[in-house]
Amino acid sequence: MNALDVRELRLRLPGTARPVLDGVDLTVAPGETVALVGESGSGKSLTSRAALGLLPPGAVPTGEVLVDGRDVLTMDAARLRELRTGRAAMVFQDPRAAVNPLRRIGDFLTESVRLTGTMSAADADRRAVELLDAVGLGPELMRRYPGQLSGGMLQRVMIAAALMGDPVLLLADEPTTALDVTSQAEVIALLDRLRERFGTGLLFVTHDLGLAAAISDRVYVMYAGRIVESGPAEALFEGPRHPYTAALLSSTPRLDGPTGRLAAIDGQPPDLRQELTGCAFAARCRYATDLCREEAPALRPAPGRPGQPAACHHPLEGSPADV
Amino acid sequence: MTFLRFAVRRLVEMAVTLLGASFVVFGAMYLAPGSPASFLLSGRSASPAALQAINEQYHLDDPFLVRYLRWLGQVLQGDFGRSLTYRTDVSGLLADRLPATLLLVAMALLVVVVIGLVLGWVGAVRGGATDSAILVTTTLAVGTPSFVAAVLLQGLFAVKLGWFPTSGAGDGLLDMAWHLTLPAIALALYLIGMLARVTRSAMLDALEGEHVTVARSRGVPEREVIRRHVFRNSLGTVLTTGGLIVSTLLVCTILVESAFSVGGLGQLLELSTTTKDFPTVQAISLIIVALFMTVNLLVDLLHPLVDPRVTLGSRRSDA
Amino acid sequence: MSVALARRPGLARVKSARAPLYRICLGLAALVVLAALLAPWLAPDDPNAVDLGNALAGPSADHLLGVDAAGRDTLARLLIGARTSLLGPLGVVVFSTVAGVAVGLLAGWRGGWIDSVLSRSTELVFAFPGMLLAILIVAVHGEGLMAPVVALAIAYLPYVSRLTRSLVLAERMRPYVSAYQVQGHSALQICLRHVLPNIAPIVLAQSTVNFGYALMDLAGLSFLGLGVPALTPDWGRMVFDGQTAIQHGYPLSAILPCVLIVLTVVAFNVVGERWADQVARRTT
Repeated sequence: MNALDVRELRLRLPGTARPVLDGVDLTVAPGETVALVGESGSGKSLTSRAALGLLPPGAVPTGEVLVDGRDVLTMDAARLRELRTGRAAMVFQDPRAAVNPLRRIGDFLTESVRLTGTMSAADADRRAVELLDAVGLGPELMRRYPGQLSGGMLQRVMIAAALMGDPVLLLADEPTTALDVTSQAEVIALLDRLRERFGTGLLFVTHDLGLAAAISDRVYVMYAGRIVESGPAEALFEGPRHPYTAALLSSTPRLDGPTGRLAAIDGQPPDLRQELTGCAFAARCRYATDLCREEAPALRPAPGRPGQPAACHHPLEGSPADV
Repeated sequence: MTFLRFAVRRLVEMAVTLLGASFVVFGAMYLAPGSPASFLLSGRSASPAALQAINEQYHLDDPFLVRYLRWLGQVLQGDFGRSLTYRTDVSGLLADRLPATLLLVAMALLVVVVIGLVLGWVGAVRGGATDSAILVTTTLAVGTPSFVAAVLLQGLFAVKLGWFPTSGAGDGLLDMAWHLTLPAIALALYLIGMLARVTRSAMLDALEGEHVTVARSRGVPEREVIRRHVFRNSLGTVLTTGGLIVSTLLVCTILVESAFSVGGLGQLLELSTTTKDFPTVQAISLIIVALFMTVNLLVDLLHPLVDPRVTLGSRRSDA
Repeated sequence: MSVALARRPGLARVKSARAPLYRICLGLAALVVLAALLAPWLAPDDPNAVDLGNALAGPSADHLLGVDAAGRDTLARLLIGARTSLLGPLGVVVFSTVAGVAVGLLAGWRGGWIDSVLSRSTELVFAFPGMLLAILIVAVHGEGLMAPVVALAIAYLPYVSRLTRSLVLAERMRPYVSAYQVQGHSALQICLRHVLPNIAPIVLAQSTVNFGYALMDLAGLSFLGLGVPALTPDWGRMVFDGQTAIQHGYPLSAILPCVLIVLTVVAFNVVGERWADQVARRTT
């Protein structure tokens, strides 16, 4: 059974002309690291939050979001609480904003399992100290306030907190963006180590395709609420099929690639208040034809590469250097 | 800075300001037109003997500063001089009047804190029509002076319905509480509105914090999210209104006690002002100022305990 | 900008979303001011004319809003009373604004020992609730409108001066000030011609907010008999006079001034807060 199974997820927000998520399909197997990549506003955070049943106010979802085989979208409040304390957990982008500054670290780590009655206070404390140790922090932190910790330390605390309920699915929403470079590398390494140790499925949400390719087994690329391409990290990195993926890659600095000016993608992602016909990327795509503007492409595998479907009428067949 | 050093520094600051306040309170008498003796005697028989007595009692022949220091020394020993109207020690007079005022203020404070916090909480959490109703009610409440509330409550619940006595303070604790119920509500009304608004807006600010979403995402029950992460985080802001609440309560006792003839310190201040019983006015004014400053000091000392981000000496870091 | 208005705590969130409330309150405030201005022509009767035979009578053709315990026409007293009830707070606000701006400008612009002396005195005044300061001064000077107005103006002055000082400090840092200084403009010139107009909207919003406070305080003093002289029509005084009528079961002459006080204070509160909000949004 997959840790996360998103099927045909559509999400409509009040006051918008088109769904903000438009038929998203995504799976994360146990112990697997999957990256979800896209620009801000592409719907990648919404997708990951949907896995916890965290929807924006007024949102109307259709489709299925199965965590450990159970549909989150149809859960009542009690089930949802159970899901959030146990099977799924999230590491947020800015640990400074995510932890209540007025409460001690120990309180933060243990509150969810304590208040839902999943664990006794003593057990929760013991587990919290264990996990602090697992993320490389000492037990003396339990009595500290968030203001006394650095951002990197706080993000480790966040990760420890996410592991409290022994989840099958760990969602990491840009967990390194708010950190300095050294802490970034540490947090990434830590997440990978913990995934291996606890056998957790990890969905890593980021805007950085290079980072995604480096740490994950598979990558999904998202644009304007749709998955435009997916596949094994390496294949996607070496031979992107969707022009958007290619554009993202060429805007990412590479250590081994040709050095030169970074290409930025021209134009803006489409406005949610406007109806969308055809391919969402057409307006910014240099290969776009009339077909692209009229008919939305479906996600189709390439003849030679069954594991790397792309939603494009004119998929690329070469390497990113050709773009 | 250690807590002790901070506390000592704030205590010294308060003592200095209090010294200044005492100077204002004492010196005000000398701003009056005419000689202090004639001022102190105004409206009363001024036989040469009485004049002599006043001059001796107040040492009016000494220089101003000497008189001030002597008065200050006596005040520090709890001696506020003799009342010109009642011809008794002011301290004894105050002690007689204190219980009624103390009970009144305590009852009002209880009502303010409980109802104010609850209304603010409900308004912020419920939203919608409930919130609008609370907003309109509290807008009216903060526009209602305590004496207006006093007169209206008295007219309705004491005179028309006869549920409560119209005036007096009663004897014995229960009877006093019964007598002081309407005055306490009148005293509390404005502050309920204010505290409810402060609580509501502080809680709405806290609700926007990401830590609230995070707590929800971790399965913390909604009730606990509100209590531990929203209400708790609004307490710092609420606490800073403590000084204002207490000073408003103290000052408004003057109006409410007069409306209900409670016969406490407030009414005594009003009567002493109209009869120009200056020693009594001085004593009560000084007590109000001192209480107000003490509460502000307590707020400053408590704030770091309520909000660990507040470093000692600075009032608040960020919201 | 790190400048915060000293406003009624908690009113900050009554945002512009409540535009209808704001319009109603603006209309109400305008109506009250207009009634006060036109009172001598609108009043049906001499507010002090005594018609003892009709004492405590209800509304009638002769006395539209009835008669108080002393036989005086309530409508006439309300109308004429609006003048005293608004003039007092106006005096407080004008006094405290003019003096507060002057003090704040001096402290903010000159800094140094003047600044420290002024902030020390500010702290001292803050220790006295406005009403208490007024009572202290009335105790010395006797009743009348002038003493309480001056006392309250002194009590409100620190709010204005502290605000002005912080605004001036922020304004001084702006490049145009040094540009004018280089061109040889005097400090006074720069202050009056440039700094003052720039900070005026914020200060005026604060003063509008203060108006409601002052009205409540002054009405309270009149209620205690420490404000206006006994015979002057004034809302606070009318509430005091009306207490006897209430005891006799004729509440109208007390309820009406109560209602007017509440409505006026609420109207000025809402309008002042709205202005303060608008100014705050423009400056941040």
